[in-house]
Amino acid sequence: MNADIVLAAKDGCRRSLARTLSALENNTLDIADALSIIGEINGDNHHDSSWRIMAITGAPGVGKSCLVDKIISQWASQGKKIALLAVDPSSSRTGGALLGDRVRLSVVDDILLKDMVYVRSVATRKSSSSVPSVVSDMAKLLLALGWHKIVIETVGAGQSEVRCAAIADRIVVVEGPARGDGIQAEKAGLLELADAVIVNKSDMVGARKHADEIKQSFELGNGQIPPVLLTSAITGDGCQFASDVLLTLQSTGRSSKARWRERLLAGLEQRVLQNPQLDSVLLSLASGSIELEDALNKLNN
Amino acid sequence: MLIGYVLLGFDMGAMIRVVVAKPGLDGHDRGAKVVARALRDAGHEVIYTGLRRTASQIVETVRDEDASFLGLSSLSGAHSHLFPKVCEELRKAGLGDVIVFGGGIIPTTDRQALYSCGIKAIFGPGTSTSEILRFIEVATEMDGVGVGESNDWYWQGD
Repeated sequence: MNADIVLAAKDGCRRSLARTLSALENNTLDIADALSIIGEINGDNHHDSSWRIMAITGAPGVGKSCLVDKIISQWASQGKKIALLAVDPSSSRTGGALLGDRVRLSVVDDILLKDMVYVRSVATRKSSSSVPSVVSDMAKLLLALGWHKIVIETVGAGQSEVRCAAIADRIVVVEGPARGDGIQAEKAGLLELADAVIVNKSDMVGARKHADEIKQSFELGNGQIPPVLLTSAITGDGCQFASDVLLTLQSTGRSSKARWRERLLAGLEQRVLQNPQLDSVLLSLASGSIELEDALNKLNN
Repeated sequence: MLIGYVLLGFDMGAMIRVVVAKPGLDGHDRGAKVVARALRDAGHEVIYTGLRRTASQIVETVRDEDASFLGLSSLSGAHSHLFPKVCEELRKAGLGDVIVFGGGIIPTTDRQALYSCGIKAIFGPGTSTSEILRFIEVATEMDGVGVGESNDWYWQGD
């Protein structure tokens, strides 16, 4: 049954595409199987591009969704097929999620562009603890199906969201004005992973100052300095320029080690969770018959 | 019992995905947000469309998000036009297995016509959120209750 859906998705059926992604999310379809069903016919459409997966992250409320809307509209109108995976947190208490990113996306309503854009809301589903690898698999599938660029929009809050960003080829951090003084920009965190920083809400007081502080902070460090751009998603100022810069964005290379660290941890976590011995090890731990150290050794083999 | 249901959802590896939509020119979304929140708290994944969506925008959202339920909210009085239109477009788009329910200010005299066009429940003012959750639970277990399917069952309260 899965094979038929994957083949229909390959033929361009959007519903089958959505169902294939659900199957990946629900662990009823393996990415390797899906890719072998699709074959390699769509494998050569990336020759024009420097990157394939871009993560756009930043604190809640800085305007990520509105900005992403503007940027993917630009790319879509240049003939690029863009898929957006909008990641929102699941409640750790109930497992439920309210996925509201679509509210801010007008590109899906644009009659000329909507066929060039696919938007999928993804809940982090903390209970299954494998979000980053699921998002990575979804991105691989979309690329294999001929989508040119995959944009992952995440909240830069929890560890799983940072790892979602780390699976991308490029990471863009969105900031806003009034997000603290220069010292905030010095703190370790997301900015270290950034290949570009966008200070949004440039129509508001303090945006330019904040952008300057971020630039100065980067200049104190070593290595290539990522571009720091100003935009206003609400007035459209700077959005055209930002979308051009991002489309050909180069990796700064500064953060490749940190990024691989996140990918490694995600992979390791995934391997532990998929270990067939996991249940019995957990039972032994709970009954006190083995120590944590022994359990780790067992699961690592 | 609710917890048992949530756990069952995890066991199956599949979450129930629900689109909550506001069709037409209607700016009142408190009810839709309350329902969205209740569904979230019951462990479902809810995609909220925002205000003033057209029928085809709603259908495209259901399609791209792979939702199995669609909740329509209308307080503008245009439900007898908008709800059947959404149902029709769902069927045309090959989404006949999606289960549709509605809510808002829907006079009882208008309801039978909506049931006949494939809406499986209508929740008016005063409905408890737990009743909506029970509807989701019951409808999930039933066969052929999608908007394009033959089962003419509809929710008549607890």
